[in-house]
Order: sequence, then structure tokens, then C-alpha cells
Amino acid sequence: MELAQKLAILADAAKYDASCASSGANRRDSRDGKGVGSAGGSGICHSYAPDGRCISLLKILLTNRCIYDCHYCINRRSSNVRRAGFTADEAVKLTLDFYKRNYIEGLFLSSGIVRSADYTMEQVIQVARTLREQHDFRGYIHLKTIPEASPELIEQAARYADRISINLELPTQASLDRLAPEKNLARTQQAMGRIKLKLDEAHERRKGGDRKLRHATGQSTQVIVGADDSTDADFLTGSDVLYGTYKMKRVYYSAFSPIPEPSVVLPVKAAPLVREHRLYQADWLMRKYGFRPSEILPKETPNLDLRIDPKLAWALRNRHEFPLDVQTATRGQLIRVPGLGPRNVDRLITIRRHTRVRLEDLARLRVSLPKVRPFLIAADHHPARHLLDSDRLIERFLPKPEQLELFGDENR
Amino acid sequence: MRTVDPGDGFETWRTVARSLLQEAVPPGEVIWEGNALPCLFEEPAEYRVKAKRLAVPAGFMDLAEDVACHRDPDRWALLYRLLWRVTRGGERALIEISSDPEVAKAMRMAKNVRREIHKMHAFVRFRKTGEDGDGRERFVAWFEPDHFIVAAGTPFFVKRFANMDWSIFTPKGCAHWIAGVLKFSPGCAANPCDDPDAMEEIWRVYYRSIFNPARLKVKMMQTEMPKRYWKNLPEADLIGSLVAESRGRVDGMLAETPREVRPVLKNAYLEKLRKLE
Repeated sequence: MELAQKLAILADAAKYDASCASSGANRRDSRDGKGVGSAGGSGICHSYAPDGRCISLLKILLTNRCIYDCHYCINRRSSNVRRAGFTADEAVKLTLDFYKRNYIEGLFLSSGIVRSADYTMEQVIQVARTLREQHDFRGYIHLKTIPEASPELIEQAARYADRISINLELPTQASLDRLAPEKNLARTQQAMGRIKLKLDEAHERRKGGDRKLRHATGQSTQVIVGADDSTDADFLTGSDVLYGTYKMKRVYYSAFSPIPEPSVVLPVKAAPLVREHRLYQADWLMRKYGFRPSEILPKETPNLDLRIDPKLAWALRNRHEFPLDVQTATRGQLIRVPGLGPRNVDRLITIRRHTRVRLEDLARLRVSLPKVRPFLIAADHHPARHLLDSDRLIERFLPKPEQLELFGDENR
Repeated sequence: MRTVDPGDGFETWRTVARSLLQEAVPPGEVIWEGNALPCLFEEPAEYRVKAKRLAVPAGFMDLAEDVACHRDPDRWALLYRLLWRVTRGGERALIEISSDPEVAKAMRMAKNVRREIHKMHAFVRFRKTGEDGDGRERFVAWFEPDHFIVAAGTPFFVKRFANMDWSIFTPKGCAHWIAGVLKFSPGCAANPCDDPDAMEEIWRVYYRSIFNPARLKVKMMQTEMPKRYWKNLPEADLIGSLVAESRGRVDGMLAETPREVRPVLKNAYLEKLRKLE
């Protein structure tokens, strides 16, 4: 099979993995080396596909042959998809060829499970080892690892990679039993825990002065949304544990959407992508704004409101916290005002040391006035209490009916 | 009223601004007008010899270096007004007041410049033109930036592609890294080396295959990859057909008869897995 044909199959096979980050690696470049590459800054998206997703890494499977039978996956053994496999050298050459032309930040390598977890892991590691050791490649490498692979192999992968990941895919063992019968939640969590310890260890060694240590700096994972009946609260409390206990850099949410080769066990349907979007917003609130999952989703509402963003939804449920005076409120309070982000809050805190903040100041910081108006007091603005108490306040924020379409499948 | 030439970039503007300031010439008395193309031959920041700094807050200098690369001809006057207010005007903390109309404008310009540098790092596409006797590869690229960012955007490429030779040609100045030496040259009106690279076809295969037709979000793509960059991206002319075909492809998936589950293969590893549970 020609290289282009293999690439078409093995990129198609990899595209259901949402992770695209290429940031957070240990800082390095190629000025003191023989090869090519640099990493360690913020990631770069070298292109965007019409699905709105960033293309930053060459994201491929080493092979899409697989002995597992995960029903959401196009590569499961019951699928009739065309099969292919790269040799290690082909994957290495493709990475370098793309990298030198500035198409990519590096390689994201995953694989179908062939023969066994260890055998598959060794094949994946071989590609990364060749890139690093033979070609002195200093770009970004993300390796997908397999929970059942031996801890030694996973640690080897971490030595060559900047990020490693194991996908959780589904949040409960019951869902895994039904949709991914070879996968096991406890084993996955165990492997994540071991990886976390190794990452901590490497971090300590670098802090202790071992600048030469080559090691991944983080792990991430992915969950599929809409393939089982898990609620948004299930996902967010799960993510809270993943961030807290396993120190995940990122949890990716992937809306289950139609695939070719659908399974009889999991019929395809066009999922609302807006649910995925709201989960990312809520996830962001947990990571960057210090919201607890229970604040975002109280017990009586286990799912996110698809019409408005979760921060606004929180504010509407907690109107007694508002209005806040932009001149005197704390950072922690201001950051919870709908329409204010951490950056603008920091700016406002600096500005108010020198001057009384007015609405026009907010406008010049590109803050959306219609959004903040009900919640903020400024030098020239006192919102009417009845507005904040009104049952119709939410209507000010609802998208116009025709705009709702934009969140879903634009094309239909 | 006096007409002053800002020179070809931040450093020359700074020298002129400093002497105007010493003479106490208020901003309203100065017309900034010059013929030189800005930022062309300026050395990138890290190689620059530090001149005696004006006694101004560091925040102003950082902001001014970015704003100086903006294409707006009014940037020199804006910078001088800010400089005047910070020094002679007694507004020492001015740069911290990011909601001041002039500070906000300068910050917006600086943001545009930084974004354009980022897009240069993202969207420059190298084409291989050959190798020298020792196997050192040679690449060229054509890029059309909105602002005068070639000098500021180049150190990234030097670090990443230190062991290749390359030239980045743009209408606003060109950068060349040959045998470990960085040189800048004046801009060119058109791409001087327009031969496609065979790898572009493979890259297009990748672009086509990594796209998921079941989650079309064209607006999102265009926000991050505005159309003005498309003409120099080898993958961009696929966008139209990928978007047009997506609906049919998804309908095809939805119409598929679901595949039956195949029996478990005889595999020692899978048997071991089952026993683990």
C-alpha cells in the first residue's frame, strides 16, 4: 500500500481522539543539537480543519488493526474498515518531513491493540525512541499508552514523550462492560495513578537540578459524551477526581457523533455538539475559576443548561451574591461575574487603584456591557434591583432562536 | 510644528523621541513622517545592543516595542503621546490604566502584532529546495504578514530549525538562516520561489483525513484561520469541498446498516484479560 493511502486510513482512524495540546513540555530547542525541533512554549495550531479543531500534531495510529471491540470506535475488530499499518520508519519519516516544513508541532501516536498490550506498546515506543535517539528530534511527542501494558513500558514511553495519556472513554464499569468489554475502569485508574507518581518524581528531579532528565510533564485523558446515559454531573465530578487525584493536565470531552461502520450495540445519532461545548466551559470554570462541580451543577439539576454558559447559569441561581461593586469587590468575587475573565479582573484591580471605574472603562477592556450590567456596580452605573430579581432576567441572555442553530450542526 | 522622521523602526524612533522629550516638544507640535520601511533591518530583540534606556516604566518599553511593529502609520504619534504623558505629563502609572483610551488603543495594536507573530509561527509553510554536500537541507517559505513582524517573528525559527538552511520571504522583509548566520533583506513584492514541494500532497491527504464531517464548525475554523491566510496554505483549497461533502457523508453514516458483533478471537492476551476480571 502506498504511503498516502496508509496515511489516509491511519489519520482517519485517529481523528476521534480530541486531544491536541502541544504546550507545557520542558523548554528546549535545537541550537545545541543535530536534529530539528523546539518545545516548551505555548502550543501552536498550524492549521484548522472545517470541524473547528486545531491541527497541531501529526495525529495517527501506528495501526488500526485491533483485537478489542469498543462499539463507539471505528477501529474495533467487528468493523469492516480498511486496515493498514505504518512501519516505525514510515511514521518517523512522516513526522520529520511534516515538522521540517512547519506543518506540525510534533507527533501524536496511538495504536490499535495488536497481539497484546505490551507488544503494541513496544511498537509505539520504537517510533518515539527512533525520533529522539537517531534523529535528535526535539519537537513535541504525545504517546497513547495502554493501562494493561507493563509499568516499565509505560515509563519508557514517558521518557520519550512530553505527554502521555490513557483514555477513560466511559465513566462507569457498567458502560464499559456494555460498550468496551475489554476495558476495565479499575485497571485504568491504577495505571493513571502509577503515571502520576512517575510524573511527580520526574518533576522533583528536575526541580532538584537534573536538567538533562527527559520525561513527560503531564498526562491527559478523554471521555465520550452521549454514548451512555451518564449525566453532566457524572462527568464533572469524574473530572474533578481526575484533576485532583491524578493531576490530569486536561480531560477532553468528545461528543459521540456518527461514525462510518456503526455498531449494532451502539446505534449512531447526531449528538448535540453544544453539550460538549458546555462541558468544556464547565471544566474551564473548575480549572481556572475555582468552581466546585457542586456549584456548577447542584443536585437538582444534573445536566448543564444548553442555552446559556455555566457561569451565567451559576450567577442566575445565586443572584443574592450580586450586584458587586467593581471598585471594592475581591478578585474571587469579580471572577464570578458573568462576562469578566481572569485577565480583565486583574486589569480592573490595577486600574481601580488609580481611578474610579466607569462603564466606558469596561467597554474599552472589551467587556460585554449587556452581560455585566445587571451584576455590577460602577462609578456611573447602579443596576436596578428589580432587574436582578426579575424572573425574566434570563431572557436577556438567551440566544435568538435562529442563532441556536449555530451551536448544533450548522450544516443541517 | 515640526516634521520628524521616525526612521526604520523602534530603535530609531526611540532616539528621536528621546531628543524631542529632552527639548520638551509637546506631542501636538510633532508630525511623524518618514519614508523608511519600518522594522526591516532591525536586529531581533535578543541580539540588540541595549541603548541607554529612557527613564520610563518597563511596561511602556515592552508595549512600545510591540506597537512599533504595527502597520498603522499613526503608531509613532500615539507612542510619543503616551511617552509624553508618562514622563512630562506626570502620569507615571499610565500604562497600568489599560482602560485609558490611548493605552487601550496601544494595547490593542500590540495584541494585533503579537497575534500576527503567532500566526507567522503557525502558518509559514516551508518548501524544500535541496541539500548541500553535507546533507544540510535548504527550505524556503513565502508569508504575507499584516504587520512589520519579520524580525520579531524570526528567533522562533532559528531555535526550532537551527540545523537547516532557510529563507522566509515576505513583502515586509525577508529573513535568511544560512550556515548558522541570520541575515535580513528587504521585502519582495511576489514569492520568488513558487515551486511546490511534493510533501504538500501528502499533507493535503492528512488534512482531508483528519477532518470529521460529523462535526462541522466552519465559523470556529475561520476565527482561528482567517481567509486572508488561505492563499499561502497548501491545504486551504480543500476546505470548500470538505464542507460541501460533509452532509452527504454524515447522511451515509446514518443510513448504514449497523454491523453485527464478531465473536471473540482466539488470543492468549484476551483470555488473560478475561481472567483478570
